[in-house]
Amino acid sequence: MSSHDSHAQGHHEMGFIRKWVFSTDHKVIGIQYAVTAMLFLLFGFFLILMLRWQLAHPNTAIPIIGGFLPESWANGGVMTPDFYNVIGAMHGTIMVFLGVVPLSVGGFGNYLLPIQVGAQDMAFPKLNMASYWVFFIGGVIMFASFFLPGGPAANGWTSYPPLSVVAQNGQTMWLLGMVFLITSSLLGSVNFIVTGVQLRTKGMSFFRMPLFVWAQLVTSFLLLLAFPPLEAAGVLQLMDRVFGSSFFLPSGLIVSGEKLTVSGGGNPILWQHLFWFLAHPEVYVLILPAFGIVAEVIATNTRKPIYGYQTLIYSMVFLGFMSFFVWAHHMFMTGMGTNLSNFFQATTMIISVPSVIILTTLLLTLWGASIRYTVPMLFALAFLPMFAIGGLTGLPLGLAAADIHLHDTYYVIGHFHYVVAPGTLFGLFAGVYHWFPKVTGRKTNVALGKLHFWISFLAINGVFFPMFFQGMAGVSRRLYDPMVYAHVAHSQGLTVLSSYCSFILGAAQFLFLANIIYSAFKGKKVESDNPWESTTLEWATATPPPHENFPTPLEVFRGPYEYGLTPKGYSPQHLQEA
Amino acid sequence: MTETTSWMPADAFAPRTAESPYGWGLPLNISTHGAGIDQLINILHWFCLALFVGWGLYFLYCLVRFRARPGHQPNPMLNHFKLPTFLEVGVAIFEVAILVFLAAPVWGSYKNDFPDEKDALVVRITAEQFAWNVHYPGRDGKFGKTDINLIDGTNTIGLDRNDADAKDDIFTINNLHIPVNKKVIAYIHSKDVIHSFFLPVMRVKQDAVPGMTNKVWFEANQTGSFEIACAQLCGNSHFRMRGQFLVDTPEAYQAFLVEEEKALSEASQ
Ligand code: HEM
Ligand SMILES: [Cu+2]
Ligand SMILES: [Cu+2]
Repeated sequence: MSSHDSHAQGHHEMGFIRKWVFSTDHKVIGIQYAVTAMLFLLFGFFLILMLRWQLAHPNTAIPIIGGFLPESWANGGVMTPDFYNVIGAMHGTIMVFLGVVPLSVGGFGNYLLPIQVGAQDMAFPKLNMASYWVFFIGGVIMFASFFLPGGPAANGWTSYPPLSVVAQNGQTMWLLGMVFLITSSLLGSVNFIVTGVQLRTKGMSFFRMPLFVWAQLVTSFLLLLAFPPLEAAGVLQLMDRVFGSSFFLPSGLIVSGEKLTVSGGGNPILWQHLFWFLAHPEVYVLILPAFGIVAEVIATNTRKPIYGYQTLIYSMVFLGFMSFFVWAHHMFMTGMGTNLSNFFQATTMIISVPSVIILTTLLLTLWGASIRYTVPMLFALAFLPMFAIGGLTGLPLGLAAADIHLHDTYYVIGHFHYVVAPGTLFGLFAGVYHWFPKVTGRKTNVALGKLHFWISFLAINGVFFPMFFQGMAGVSRRLYDPMVYAHVAHSQGLTVLSSYCSFILGAAQFLFLANIIYSAFKGKKVESDNPWESTTLEWATATPPPHENFPTPLEVFRGPYEYGLTPKGYSPQHLQEA
Repeated sequence: MTETTSWMPADAFAPRTAESPYGWGLPLNISTHGAGIDQLINILHWFCLALFVGWGLYFLYCLVRFRARPGHQPNPMLNHFKLPTFLEVGVAIFEVAILVFLAAPVWGSYKNDFPDEKDALVVRITAEQFAWNVHYPGRDGKFGKTDINLIDGTNTIGLDRNDADAKDDIFTINNLHIPVNKKVIAYIHSKDVIHSFFLPVMRVKQDAVPGMTNKVWFEANQTGSFEIACAQLCGNSHFRMRGQFLVDTPEAYQAFLVEEEKALSEASQ
């Protein structure tokens, strides 16, 4: 009897591990991804706050935290130049590869894509689990590199050789970590594509799929096609570092007065081509899922169909395709002549067209709407002008002549942060608030949510808008001490403004954390499985959804955004009678 | 260095002068090709602003007019709007026009319209962690041989003084003198990692890539003392890889050469 009891006990524990740790359920994996990614986002954000302190108050001790850092990072509490570069590199790497992509693709994509197409799980559930754990190992490697004697990588998230090859051991860890992160993305993207193509339920034709699913599919293709070259490049750089090859090192290098004993004959620019061949599509990987989320939230809260649904899809597909032909606009200053640069300037102008179309269709959707100002809708609406600023400021950077002055300045930092921070991050916040009731069965607190929105919205503009003036003034990025150059010190006032706004932004995130943690356990229970009165399939199942999503497979009868056509106001996809 | 006591310096948006070349936004431009770049940057920003304000007004109008309220019904009819299509095409035409008629010519001239080396001052700029070595060919206009095996603490470019052409060569560190109103050709290299040679007041930027020689030309039309910045992360002291950029009157430039030659002959005695 007792042996039977302990057996049951063991079985139960197995159950917990199977259910929450080594789960093959796409929803659990999605939550695992989302939680891990949010922790990394917090970490990456915390790093940059220390950096902003150093910029606002150069050479003064970082309050409180400074005392806890090792001597080599903060001398008497004052950040060292080496640690500054560590932060720059690791903030970028963490935010992109361990924060935004895992949250938007691994988290939202995993949770929602199968449900929204009416599937019972991913096509390859075990591959899905492997993808999370490979990602996890990559994250552990990146995090562990902070405990190396020489510290982690400090060569920018771009890791340009020769600097990255002659650098400390942290760079080797960075490369190893990247190999895992890339592998994980590849496993994930194969799964997403097969699921989206093969596991659609009856009636779910391609042009009845929600825009979120389209966005994830395009994203998966980008990951699948763009990451392998970087994985190869990463391995080559690893060879250069560990086994003395010289793929990226020319002959005759003299570092710190010593001739470098390497075989030479390599080319540092090769790395940049391989890196940007990934990293440009990567920026669309960062933005497309946010487009998808924003489209869902806007459709639900305008109570009318998305304007130009098919146009939006074609634009996203075209955007994805074109993103493979613009990479060298990051490299105009490397010594490129006019032939190559004319090609890349032209493709860059072309790619701006679908971006403008996407923005325009979402704006036109507002016409004739009945806008419900819910918390997710506030974030989704704010996404539009923020993304517009990010997109428009890309124009001067895409024209080589203007880029002469703006390249590698704070103008670039301002530009892409408008896309990824008040852009993508706001899209992700919208997603968290929108789907939270479905995932947890509980509502978030509206007042806290609105407070979180307004403070974040004002503060984040205070962080990034001044950067355009500074960039135009010629302030280079990655500068540890802003008082060395006269042209940099001249806008120190803006640096201080930007830093203090980032501290306020940081403080506002406690409202978010408090809200979601409290609401997950103690929030008001939802009364309905479809609290927002939405049309897509995730709202057609129980809350939270059961393991197999739909006890009996659903049939789909209409497109995803049929709002306002019947007196009820919305027509769920799975109901035959609208 | 300018001391900024207040949050916003008085000259943040004032017209730039050689005495006060920096502020919030574009610094003073003293290069002949820079006007085209500034014009391009300005036009693009006016265009962006116009689009943003247009979109923004429409957006705010929608937010108010179409807010949910009792008695207000959404209109789901997918009426097709013509205006956005025109706008779309307009944006595309603008982009093509600006690329073809302004951006490409300005860039083409920056990349291709090199003066004849006989009519220009030619210098070699070798970047290293964390300094700019400037090598002038001297009166003979010919660069002496350099050899990486000769590089040491003082001969940072490995100049072979035994070479006849090298006898009168001058080199300086973190100090680039050029005469005003004369075209300059700079050959840009790096000894170690990638740096980027940036002259904010000249609208000149060129990566210094090891294993490669890049070439830029520029011409200053005002004298003054300005900065050379490194625009590419090159290690832990990237932030202080600052050089002086001096645009001299022809007389002052001659004086600089004479001074350097004197120092050279004293050193070789
Ligand atoms: C919302 C809060 C954020 C703030 C306040 C912030 C701030 C900054 C700042 C000040 C820098 C320049 C640091 C330097 O001098 O080197 C920087 C760099 C960077 N950030 Fe962020 N950032 C934020 C969010 C993000 C997000 C969400 C992403 C990505 C998706 C991101 C990606 C990057 C990248 C790639 C770099 C370049 C790193 C490098 O120089 O190699 N950041 N960030
Ligand atoms: Cu440098
Ligand atoms: Cu540098």
